[in-house]
Amino acid sequence: MPARMLPAGDDPIRPHEVTPVTIVVDGELLEGALGQSIAGVLMANDRLELRRTVSGHKPRGVFCGIGVCFDCLVEVNGVRDVRACQRRARDGDVVSIADVHSATDTSGGAA
Amino acid sequence: MRGSVIIIGAGIVGASCARSLAMAGLTTTVVDRAVAVSGTTAKGEGNLLISDKSPGAELTMALHALTRWPNLVHELAAELGTDFPSVEFEAKGGLVVAITAAAAAPLLAFAKAQRMAGVEAHELEIADALRLEPELNPAITAAVHYPQDAQVQPVIAAEALLASARRHGARVLQSVRLVGPILNSDGAIIGVRTGDAELRADAVVIAAGPWSGEVAATLGVSLPVRPRHGMVLVTSRMRQRVFHKVYDADYVGAVGSGDASLQTSSVVESTASGNVLIGSSRQQIGFDSRLRVDTISEIAAKAIRLFPFLADQAIIRTYGGFRPFMPDHVPLVGPDYRVEGLWHATGHEGAGIGLGPVTGELLAALITGAEPALDPAPFSPSRASLKAYLTEAA
Repeated sequence: MPARMLPAGDDPIRPHEVTPVTIVVDGELLEGALGQSIAGVLMANDRLELRRTVSGHKPRGVFCGIGVCFDCLVEVNGVRDVRACQRRARDGDVVSIADVHSATDTSGGAA
Repeated sequence: MRGSVIIIGAGIVGASCARSLAMAGLTTTVVDRAVAVSGTTAKGEGNLLISDKSPGAELTMALHALTRWPNLVHELAAELGTDFPSVEFEAKGGLVVAITAAAAAPLLAFAKAQRMAGVEAHELEIADALRLEPELNPAITAAVHYPQDAQVQPVIAAEALLASARRHGARVLQSVRLVGPILNSDGAIIGVRTGDAELRADAVVIAAGPWSGEVAATLGVSLPVRPRHGMVLVTSRMRQRVFHKVYDADYVGAVGSGDASLQTSSVVESTASGNVLIGSSRQQIGFDSRLRVDTISEIAAKAIRLFPFLADQAIIRTYGGFRPFMPDHVPLVGPDYRVEGLWHATGHEGAGIGLGPVTGELLAALITGAEPALDPAPFSPSRASLKAYLTEAA
């Protein structure tokens, strides 16, 4: 099943209007709702993969969703190692996924 | 060979003993008080170190282990197939550096003594050390390269050894509460009583790491194995900026020390996934596993002295574990001279991952009467340096 966002008007606890926010993820504009975490915006836009494992190149994404596992680290507005699940998306946030985790990039060092 | 054996402890040492004994044809049972591979084996860094060992029995065992590991990795891969994860064996090499002027001469003297004992230990010019590790603090005063130092992923390695043991017929019982020994009329051990069963065997092996002292006491003998706590810090993933196992030369002093108070010494290395592991601490505080902030900050501060770039890196977690400390700093492998049928395979302190497999092979050779690949005398429970610690069985 793809990730999805429930319509805010159908929220049985506190139905409300959605205030949209737009963030920039690796150059692409993604729309979310005010109050969502960056991980929430990513998942609602079907962006589930945040990195690949070094051995096996298997996709990895949000795992625990509560700030413990650190598997959703992204760069936000130039700050590295931000947990996407713990940071609320703000209009205009610039998020970088692609370049943060290039663990296999050995340029600049000796073998 | 016919016969049966019970191994107490399903960490890497117990798993190695199980594999070697099951392959020799013994009916093998491994019991663990918790889940297999959840104790010391799961709490370390996966070191196969030559660099920190001074000439002597443990270095001899480590050099032998070094010749065995590459073959073992192939044997396990062939047995377990491609579905089993890689043990991530990597002979990445170690770089030991002195940070102060005073530490330079002792490091170079130590390396010279190791070279006489057959260790590859290359003195480097500072510029060459910085070529190997470009992010290293350029203020270092001496550097020695140890190309033989290697690492494995310890949990996968132990699980692989255990899986291999099972394929050779061993059974593994988890969450077993040990109650006491079963002795025959001559006082020889012929099994153990557990919370809900009696297990009988021709031999009982204690391979319980830092808990070996407690297990021995339950079985009626004293054993001077004590827990020595250590902590590791883990950074977030990054592009590779550390290329070897890099230590501050004072690490060797901390390993060889018997001091019970807190000692910290820098050990920095990166993992395949890009996280950097930062150690180390040594402290004898019983089995108190609480997080210690003073220890963590001391480890972090010393690591930054080695690699200044670490000051800006995020620590995503810290973990701790207990090493099985021996008062004479030599692993214990062989028969207990006080109780017939009782054997030991423990006391490797921080070296059990690297030394586990050859310990299992040595123990199996001693139990089955095969020719051991190593002289077993220095590891024997009846060695002179342990005399003061081993009282007669009750």
